[in-house]
Amino acid sequence: MAQEYLYPEFQVVRDLSRCTGCRACAAQCANGVHRYDADRGQMVSDETRCVNCHRCVAFCPERALKIVKDRQCFRENDNWSGDAIREIYRQAASGGVLLSSMGNAKEYPVYWDRLLINASQVTNPSIDPLREPMETKTFLGKKPDTLRRDAAGRLVPELPPQLELDTPILFSAMSYGSISYNAHESLARAAQALGTCYNTGEGGLHRDFYRYGANTIVQVASGRFGVHRDYLEAGAAIEIKIGQGAKPGIGGHLPGAKIVGDVSATRMIPEGSDAISPAPHHDIYSIEDLRQLVYSLKEVTRGEKPVIVKIAAVHNVAAIASGVARSGADIIAIDGFRGGTGAAPTRIRDNVGIPIELALAAVDQRLRDEGIRSSVSLIAGGSIRSSADALKAILLGADAVYIATAALLALGCHLCRSCHSGRCNWGIATQRPELVARLDPDEGAQRLVNLVTAWTHEIKEMMGGMGINSIEAARGNRMMLRGVGLNEIELGILGVKHAGQ
Amino acid sequence: MDREGQNGFRIPSGCAVSAIFSKEGTRRSGEEIIRSIAMMHERSNGLGGGFAAYGIYPEYKELYALHVFYEGKYSKEQCEAFLFEHFDVVNLSKIPTRKSPAIQDEPLIWRYFVEPLHTKLSESQLDPDTFVSRCVIRVNSGIDGAYIFSSGKDMGVFKAVGFPEDVGAFYRLEEYKGYCWIAHGRYPTNTPGWWGGAHPFALLDRAVVHNGEISSYDANRRNIEMYGYRCNLLTDTEVITYILDFLVRRRGLSYEEAANVIAAPFWSTIAAQEEAEKRRLTYLRNVFSGLLITGPFSIIVGFTGGIMALNDRLKLRSMVVGEKDETVYIASEEAAIRVIQPELERVWAPRGGEPVVIRLHPTAGEKEG
Amino acid sequence: MAVQETYALGQRYIGCGAQWGKITVTQVPGNALGAYLDGGEIEVLCSAQDATGDTMNAGEIVVHGSAGDATGYAMRGGAIYVRDNGGYRCGIHMKEYRDKVPVLVVGGSCGSFLGEYQAGGTILVLGIGCEDRAPVGNFCGTGMHGGRIYLRTRFLPPNLPEQVAVAEPQSADLERIRPLVGRFCEKFGGDPESLLAGHFFVLTPNTSNPYHQLYVNN
Repeated sequence: MAQEYLYPEFQVVRDLSRCTGCRACAAQCANGVHRYDADRGQMVSDETRCVNCHRCVAFCPERALKIVKDRQCFRENDNWSGDAIREIYRQAASGGVLLSSMGNAKEYPVYWDRLLINASQVTNPSIDPLREPMETKTFLGKKPDTLRRDAAGRLVPELPPQLELDTPILFSAMSYGSISYNAHESLARAAQALGTCYNTGEGGLHRDFYRYGANTIVQVASGRFGVHRDYLEAGAAIEIKIGQGAKPGIGGHLPGAKIVGDVSATRMIPEGSDAISPAPHHDIYSIEDLRQLVYSLKEVTRGEKPVIVKIAAVHNVAAIASGVARSGADIIAIDGFRGGTGAAPTRIRDNVGIPIELALAAVDQRLRDEGIRSSVSLIAGGSIRSSADALKAILLGADAVYIATAALLALGCHLCRSCHSGRCNWGIATQRPELVARLDPDEGAQRLVNLVTAWTHEIKEMMGGMGINSIEAARGNRMMLRGVGLNEIELGILGVKHAGQ
Repeated sequence: MDREGQNGFRIPSGCAVSAIFSKEGTRRSGEEIIRSIAMMHERSNGLGGGFAAYGIYPEYKELYALHVFYEGKYSKEQCEAFLFEHFDVVNLSKIPTRKSPAIQDEPLIWRYFVEPLHTKLSESQLDPDTFVSRCVIRVNSGIDGAYIFSSGKDMGVFKAVGFPEDVGAFYRLEEYKGYCWIAHGRYPTNTPGWWGGAHPFALLDRAVVHNGEISSYDANRRNIEMYGYRCNLLTDTEVITYILDFLVRRRGLSYEEAANVIAAPFWSTIAAQEEAEKRRLTYLRNVFSGLLITGPFSIIVGFTGGIMALNDRLKLRSMVVGEKDETVYIASEEAAIRVIQPELERVWAPRGGEPVVIRLHPTAGEKEG
Repeated sequence: MAVQETYALGQRYIGCGAQWGKITVTQVPGNALGAYLDGGEIEVLCSAQDATGDTMNAGEIVVHGSAGDATGYAMRGGAIYVRDNGGYRCGIHMKEYRDKVPVLVVGGSCGSFLGEYQAGGTILVLGIGCEDRAPVGNFCGTGMHGGRIYLRTRFLPPNLPEQVAVAEPQSADLERIRPLVGRFCEKFGGDPESLLAGHFFVLTPNTSNPYHQLYVNN
């Protein structure tokens, strides 16, 4: 092969005074970085293969390993960064479209970090969440505009279908295929234990997981993989995926190599065949066609399942969401441009879409301006990193948030951003049985339960500080937010005042 | 003049509330209510006081009584032009007041007895109440220096910057007779000294006094503004008034049902109910989730023929109800009741979230007390 | 599910998800006729509109007329027979799995993008009445990566994409077509043998997967 001018990004530092040559590192690394050199009588490393996933570091019994950034550098240039140069070398050598995993890693403003939450002092009491009731139960779905009473004048408490959650945090769509069976099982079990939902993504629903149906959102995306009547009936809600924050406007492509065994059976396509999700749904070329798909799904499920429409946060998101709300959707999920992905073209991931904070604020306000906010619930996703981000989203106007990257981190992901290789050493983004086995669903489910439980506690603590004891009183309560270091346009879109005002 | 809510500034305040209601419709003068609210002088700080009285305009009971503050002649001219364009004005006059050193900087205070012009009303395709409420909101948000602070039939709001007992004397309330009186003494953290910011806050015949600062304010405001209301004052009382107007008048809920919305029981309480009640409460809380009010409040709501008292569901504010014969007394403190009626047959503190709704007896005749 | 007796003009979602029963439609039905159909039979005695048999899993739809755009979108099983013409993007993203092999048969011609992204199943276009030209529009089989398209014509469609391989039918192909033509004639009349005597092309995906080299890991 021709010279590629690409050098290792990481250095494997092995403390030979500690290394016993036990070869645990070699056993753990599916990328083949570590190897025992019998001639030299010691472990050696091939750093070109290292993705910095920390698996070897975590499993080295002697703490002899460290992965550090390689100091190899280009001549300093504020315009041509090392990444920009390396990407050109990659494309010049291959002619390929750059493909990346996980969310946008570029330096764009993170508005969550420019928003601060209020607390009560004197004029209104804060509430102790550990000893007083603090409610996070959330219903997602359309609320009726008119009430019905029976002949005796009693209210008839009939509602369009609702999704009832104990906490306003849901696991976002990740398909079986892009992540492993054990990862899916962990999510499903955690969702059940937490009283929330996980989302199948566009990979169908494995037969083993039908029993978690009450905590499952089944997705219908453009490829319609694994979509059939039983599948639609199995979930608590149906999500139509129009777009994804990491790659708005484009489809997906799971290579045939990953369509093996149960993945093939669950998607209902032959082993080894590529799973291509077209960019659009080919029965939706216009907003009225969306209505057709929403209602055909309602028709086939007798109107018993709320329908979520997931859209990527793009420039005109407020108008689009308004159109979606008028197309029969019960819930709109908005995915910001920092959202994760198993694989997306780098240029699209890094340059297309807008931040979730601005998109959410604009959508919530537009729906209120048009008086239709009650006819639809909002889920915000696309890099919710902590309970504070989640609560800020709710204060801006979300009913609930979607998390996925945070959930994967809880399962052991180290954000090495190599999901597309299929060699995930943590058993998450892989279908190799020996790697999948590394993720114990008992432990995985427990870690997810721990994470969401802890976040929910933190949300309650912050709510209590504001004197709010029910999550619905936080929803859209923007006066509880202040901006720092934001300009007037940003403040205007977010609908918040600046700190000190 | 600066007004509250301008530039988006919101002023928190604490308060005292008091009310007297005659179930038989016996009309009494304003003297007692003034003595009651004066008893709680410590709970006010002289930056706002006010009253609402029902049954005070029997001679005009079919007409909407508009009470209006004007900053000056110009705003009066503009507002009157608007009123004459939309209403048949049957009577107009200055509201009689008594000069007092305790009440300063009064605006022009006028009263109009009106009914919507038939042509305007049919053109608008609205019912008269909605027509009037829209006109009130238009004046208050559109005409600088004019503020309609009372707009119901056979009732009126009287309010000012000052201690409530001084406000009562200023408006000569001993000269009015009503079957229901509600009073408020305000303790705002600060105020621009604008009279419209005093309480009660009223829309049509619904007048609200409120004690406490709610923490759900902006969630409630942004929700209710979807339905055509504009919260110009950024006060809790204003948003609570609009919420009640929306739930009771526009959605047709009873006051008891409205209380199940704004002071909804906790989910754990709902779960303990029998099935039909559980479904009813879940329904109300879910459908109107944006109108749940959290944080401390005790409110008294006056409306034609009735009154409701309600505490927040954690009961973070005090409220006492007393009964003697056919008269019901409600106040932030028991002493404020005892001062006007030492001999009560029954006294109790309603539980958090449990509405106390009192209505005129169906056969109530309006007697002079 | 209860089978409705009569259907309004333009009524959508007729037979949506039906698992059994036979539905007869006498006036032009609305979009998404037989979406998610799961075993039921639908016979339309006139033309049908768009997205007929969308994500269909089993059963049969027979259209005594033409069908609109995206007929048989993402269908995974069952059969659709259209007497006259199909719209754009018919059989788009059809797929098959084990014993589920969907069939779309169109008597006349189809618009462009026939069998786009096709991942499985059989599309048969008989070209009746357009013997002087290819019975499909442009970009037939673009993105095709499974299944097969049979065209009864002497003219190869224009602009066939690189992912599509063209061949003459083998005996196995004719065995596959024969019952479909038989059923078509059973429903709409005509002589199966004279149709089968015509010339066919078989379009299948090019086995050298063109997507493999599209991406480079970053």
